Amino acid sequence: MIPWFSLLAGMLALAGLYVAFFVAPTDHQQGEAYRIIFLHVPTAWMSMFLYVVMAGWAGIGLALNTRLSGMMASAIAPTGAMFTFLALWSGALWGRPTWGAYWVWDARLTSELVLLFLYLGFIALKSAIPDPVRADRAGAILALVGVVNVPIIYFSVQWWNTLHQGASVSLTRAPSMAATMLLGMLLMALAAWMYSIATALARVRSIILERERDAEWVRLQRAAT
Amino acid sequence: MSEFFAMGGYGFYVWGSYGVAALCICMEIFSLTSKKLKL
Repeated sequence: MIPWFSLLAGMLALAGLYVAFFVAPTDHQQGEAYRIIFLHVPTAWMSMFLYVVMAGWAGIGLALNTRLSGMMASAIAPTGAMFTFLALWSGALWGRPTWGAYWVWDARLTSELVLLFLYLGFIALKSAIPDPVRADRAGAILALVGVVNVPIIYFSVQWWNTLHQGASVSLTRAPSMAATMLLGMLLMALAAWMYSIATALARVRSIILERERDAEWVRLQRAAT
Repeated sequence: MSEFFAMGGYGFYVWGSYGVAALCICMEIFSLTSKKLKL
């Protein structure tokens, strides 16, 4: 399954980049700088979405004591942290030409930075506890407490009157942008989605093999290769 | 061609974003495939 999702991610990203750079028109206010949107918005969406999925797996593991749930949460965290970093990075490089500053302590930027620290804290906490069962439990509690930050990020532009603009795309009303821009963004978001599935599956595979290295089936598998 | 890479004067910001994203993705894929080979 991993090669299929990787292939889909690659094709969607190529299509998305094509639309982003060759089809979508130049913005009349921001010129070409706005093309960062095709990276910034999908990575920001994924950073929040992956955190909710990660916390969901962690919560299932905590409630039902299933071993795989904790491994899934661990497998998602690094990719989520990467997307969070990229959202912040592309935002900084977009903020400089449009706002005049790489960084401001705006509500949305600050809460997204907190999200990055939550991901890093989750990874660090898990790797600091040698017993995997206890590590999963402690990580799950951290992930579940931190999930409160996701709605804060999402609604920060409505709750506080700060620099970051409101959402341009929502489920309830027509998007306030050109159709080709929206298409490019959706293609890139789908690519990021497929990419996340592929990396999470690849990572959970190696986590399973590592944790169960003494199990009979893993030893047989290793002997066979 | 050079006009495309200049991005209307915003080349540093646009390619700085996409370049670092490509780098991060390459690093993640590399770390995952090398981990797989070790097992």
